[in-house]
Amino acid sequence: MDMKRDYYEDVRLFSSPAVVFWFVVLLGALYLFPLFAENYYVYVANYIAINIIVATGLNLLVGYTGQISLGHAGFFAIGAYGTIILMAKAGLPFLLALPCAALIAAGFGFFLGLPSLRLEGPYLAIATLGFGLTITQVIGRVELFGGREGLHAPDITIGPWIIDTDKEFYILLITLTIFLLLFMRNLIRTRVGRAFIAIRDADIAASTMGVNILYYKTLAFAVSAFYAGIGGGLYAFVLKFIEPEIFTLMMSIMFLAMVVVGGLGSMMGSIAGATLLCWLDLKLRNILSIPYIGDWLEHLSKNWFSITGVSNIQFIVFGTIMILIMLFEPLGLFGVWIRTKKYWRTWPF
Amino acid sequence: MTDLIQMIVSGIATGSSYALMGLAMVIIYKTSEVPNFAQGEMALISSFFAMMLLTSFNLNVYLAFSLAFLFAAVLGCFLEFAVLRRAKEPNVLGMIVITIGIEMVILGFVSWKFGAEQKTMPFPIDPYDSLFIGDIFLKKLDILTLVSALGLMVVLFVFFRFSKLGLAMKATQQNSVAARIVGVRTNRILMTTWGISSLVGAVAGLLISPTIMHPYMMWDPMLKGFAAAVMGGMTSLPGAVVAAYMLGIIENLFGGYISIEFKTVVAFVIIVAVLCFKPSGLFARHYVKKV
Repeated sequence: MDMKRDYYEDVRLFSSPAVVFWFVVLLGALYLFPLFAENYYVYVANYIAINIIVATGLNLLVGYTGQISLGHAGFFAIGAYGTIILMAKAGLPFLLALPCAALIAAGFGFFLGLPSLRLEGPYLAIATLGFGLTITQVIGRVELFGGREGLHAPDITIGPWIIDTDKEFYILLITLTIFLLLFMRNLIRTRVGRAFIAIRDADIAASTMGVNILYYKTLAFAVSAFYAGIGGGLYAFVLKFIEPEIFTLMMSIMFLAMVVVGGLGSMMGSIAGATLLCWLDLKLRNILSIPYIGDWLEHLSKNWFSITGVSNIQFIVFGTIMILIMLFEPLGLFGVWIRTKKYWRTWPF
Repeated sequence: MTDLIQMIVSGIATGSSYALMGLAMVIIYKTSEVPNFAQGEMALISSFFAMMLLTSFNLNVYLAFSLAFLFAAVLGCFLEFAVLRRAKEPNVLGMIVITIGIEMVILGFVSWKFGAEQKTMPFPIDPYDSLFIGDIFLKKLDILTLVSALGLMVVLFVFFRFSKLGLAMKATQQNSVAARIVGVRTNRILMTTWGISSLVGAVAGLLISPTIMHPYMMWDPMLKGFAAAVMGGMTSLPGAVVAAYMLGIIENLFGGYISIEFKTVVAFVIIVAVLCFKPSGLFARHYVKKV
């Protein structure tokens, strides 16, 4: 094991040439993926990538800064509606509309961050939760946003490149995702990121050390909302159609679940959590077609529950995962990974 | 004028069910500092249990309701014993996540077993049965809800203030180590708290179920009850009840005079506004964290 001698060595982006090598391999694999995969799997990858963006953003707020948000579906909705309306009504190109919508979301994040300076725990939870519900209600009732009927996403054009298939969109999406993840990684290892962590660990101590709490707490909310906004803007084009019913409280809860299941305060964890939960979500929707488990469940359902089949089983699975993770491994999947790594590094001792 | 009084009266009626949910959440938060997001679903499964006893087993109404209350209390105790007590490093976020997990599991099972469509609850009082006082009409069910909310509040208040168990609960919340030293079995106290709270929630659930009964029926009352509890200061029983009635009345007046469409969100706007000025709620003393 190599020794780390100073702080900057510890937070380096790539800790060794081997990591650089594998990073390049991973990049190659990600970009070559749509050449070999079927359309459905590319769609799944898009869905997962968007949730990774949102989960990373939320992790900055929850895991690194120690705040709680149950309203991220609100920012997600602002991003989605903002992008489509800026493109369709204001005629902006996609690459301009997306960051603009995300900046609007960040603005809302800033305003939601202001009361957070005085609130904590359940008080903050109810304030953010109320924000998320309000956004959904307002969007559903205003003419400009298409009301209950929703909005259709226009086609994306970047210069001469017209994006109309899932595979083309995947290329755009994965580029954005990698960029955003690297940005977040760098943000966390700078002065700003250290300020966030200091606020999480002891906010009063941090402010005595000269960390401006007002600035950094609202900044955390704004950056987190920006990521959710970007995610929302991209999600609109994966679905091709958005309506207010999509952005429910359950969605906010799912984002929080991804961060917690993956591991608080770890980017790897957010990526793993988002991937696991999205994949499970898609799998569990047609659980009855899985061999053995499906048959067994159908039998169980007919005997004890209802004859109409298993609906909403994903709630049971997600709920159980959340409880078990919190009870046995508060660091989430990242904690499991650390423990496995340690076990094998010292194996057979 | 009649309109105004009518709106206030229906506001009080809606406020009553929020008050019951708020009370249930305050009881748990008071002793264990857990914001219980599973409260609504615990009430949900209890009222579906009552419905199952009534329709599938044809039990007497009073017997079925007593069994449902018993079920609710046992469920509350069980959840505390089996889940909450096992948490390793409890912090607020962890507790929120665990209770949300419980909520999702119960919701999943209820909607699996009973389906998502509207059910009818064979309740002894018809939900549309009403009586007139002058020009104002009152639903009998609402009167029952109001009476039970106020009654439960008084009972709980007296219980927390004067009974030995209530004092032990207060002691557990204020300093659980010291409470254990003087001989309070804090674990058992927490379990009892969850049982009582679940029971209060089940009362709310049963009173809501004649008008709406489907797996998502408790979301709105639970969130509004939580909002009221937060507004009242999260630890104060009268605070939660007063805030719940305020929310109910303001919501109805807003719906009547300004816009019926935004009626459901106005509560949350009020909450955020109140919290900006009084971060610990209206009725709780604001503790400044000492370094």
